[in-house]
Amino acid sequence: MIRTINRRNWLAGAGTLATLTVQPRLLAAVSEPVQSVLKRDFPTAEIQPGRVNIELPALAENGNSVRMKISVDSPMTPTDYVSFIQIIAQANPLPDVARFDLSHANGLAEVETRIRVSAEQDIVVVAGLSDGSLWSGSAHIVVTVAACLDALY
Amino acid sequence: MIFCALLAGCDKNPTVIDDSPSAPAPVATAPLPEMLSGYHFQSADTQALQDDQFANPGMLWVDRGEELWTTAPQTGKPACAGCHNDAATDMAGVAAHFPKYNKSLDTVVNLEGQINHCRVEHQQSSPLVYESDDLLALSAYVGYQSNGLPIEVAIDGPAAPAFAAGQAYFYTRRGQLNLACNHCHEDNVGRMLRGDKLSQGQAGGYPAYRLEWQSIGSLHRRLRFCNVGVRAEPFAFGATQYIELELYLKWRAQGLPVETPAVRR
Amino acid sequence: MLKARISVPARARQGEIMAVKTLISHPMETGFRRNSLGQAIPRDILTRFECRYNEKPVFTATLHPAVAANPFIAFHVRAQDSGKLEFIWTDQDDQVTRVTRELTVDPAA
Repeated sequence: MIRTINRRNWLAGAGTLATLTVQPRLLAAVSEPVQSVLKRDFPTAEIQPGRVNIELPALAENGNSVRMKISVDSPMTPTDYVSFIQIIAQANPLPDVARFDLSHANGLAEVETRIRVSAEQDIVVVAGLSDGSLWSGSAHIVVTVAACLDALY
Repeated sequence: MIFCALLAGCDKNPTVIDDSPSAPAPVATAPLPEMLSGYHFQSADTQALQDDQFANPGMLWVDRGEELWTTAPQTGKPACAGCHNDAATDMAGVAAHFPKYNKSLDTVVNLEGQINHCRVEHQQSSPLVYESDDLLALSAYVGYQSNGLPIEVAIDGPAAPAFAAGQAYFYTRRGQLNLACNHCHEDNVGRMLRGDKLSQGQAGGYPAYRLEWQSIGSLHRRLRFCNVGVRAEPFAFGATQYIELELYLKWRAQGLPVETPAVRR
Repeated sequence: MLKARISVPARARQGEIMAVKTLISHPMETGFRRNSLGQAIPRDILTRFECRYNEKPVFTATLHPAVAANPFIAFHVRAQDSGKLEFIWTDQDDQVTRVTRELTVDPAA
């Protein structure tokens, strides 16, 4: 199950949900590690769900290396672009995973990397736009346990 | 071995069904109706990682191997490239024929053994430590020159005894779990063992990058991991038993392409 | 010396959005693991990656231990002028690995 909030879904719901205050909803829904990262990095800003598309396997074969691709709906023009994308893994020993700083020079707001996932969890992504607005998405992942562990051999 | 057989003979526990080696498969034909590389048993993401030369982390060792290939040793002897020239042409297909009988050593050697034989004989250098980054890099680099070419090993003549020993190993139960290779890799192929989908145990992708290891590793590292999995004492890297088994596995994979550097979970 | 592998076009049209893929050999040791003797394995990670296009930073990554070993990072850069692309990785001890690629940009069609 990948709970990606894409632009279309968001726009479809935006008409009726626009008045909802999103930050408290998001903060209430997420765990303490995510809250602490959000409070540290975005103490005052409001984070809205949407615009962030996440590709992440629902089931990871091995948590040591999981492909993650993030794109953000943005024209990436000099006046309207994504300025950063930040990944937070709440169930990892440290919730910080990576932060990517971008600009209109990238042309496309899309980043792919491989991350470590220590347990089943929602991976949260926060994207910041050039106008200062913050957007978020999340994706659920389950990590399978290998039959034979090989840490020492 | 005799001790194990004696122990098994004394064991009156009715849950132990059969402790003797299973009957070896006939030599003339491959033991499985359809040969499937380990690639087949990986997720789409892991397959894509193997296929992309700029995402497959095993290629980092191939690049390092290319540097080593052209670097002359301190002894004043030639680099690998000094005898073998351009690996892209001269070494294409070479790895697909290992393990093979080496006349001057009068034994069957695998690719790692051949590389070290070259170092000692022709470069007057010390052999590289098994599983060192340098030996992994060189064997990955030479293996990569055969990427896509069919595996084809000789099992007749002086290689015959090693082949027979390797085949016997494959079908011999071992370890506290009392399992032979075939119990997972023939009888239960495609079924799940906890989070793992059991493969046919084909060996054409090594050295391979395993996500579990977060590194490239040799086939012998994988075999040690199998031994530990069934709670048997693993043999040393480069042990005769593993080279014999490697020969049997490569014959068993006959016709499958070399995939070095493969990516496995 | 770390080994890096980079996929980036050598030639592009002005305005073209180029796909860039980077891979570098590094264990990204988390600091959370222990060896077979039970001793903690010290943290050893790359903390920063930067892509500069004609001296100007166009993509920066801040990396934590949760980035997988042998970090892979793919992104895009819009072709503007001919020149050089620099790829710079910095580890926790400020050791730098730098790779440079030349880029030729043709006028837009």
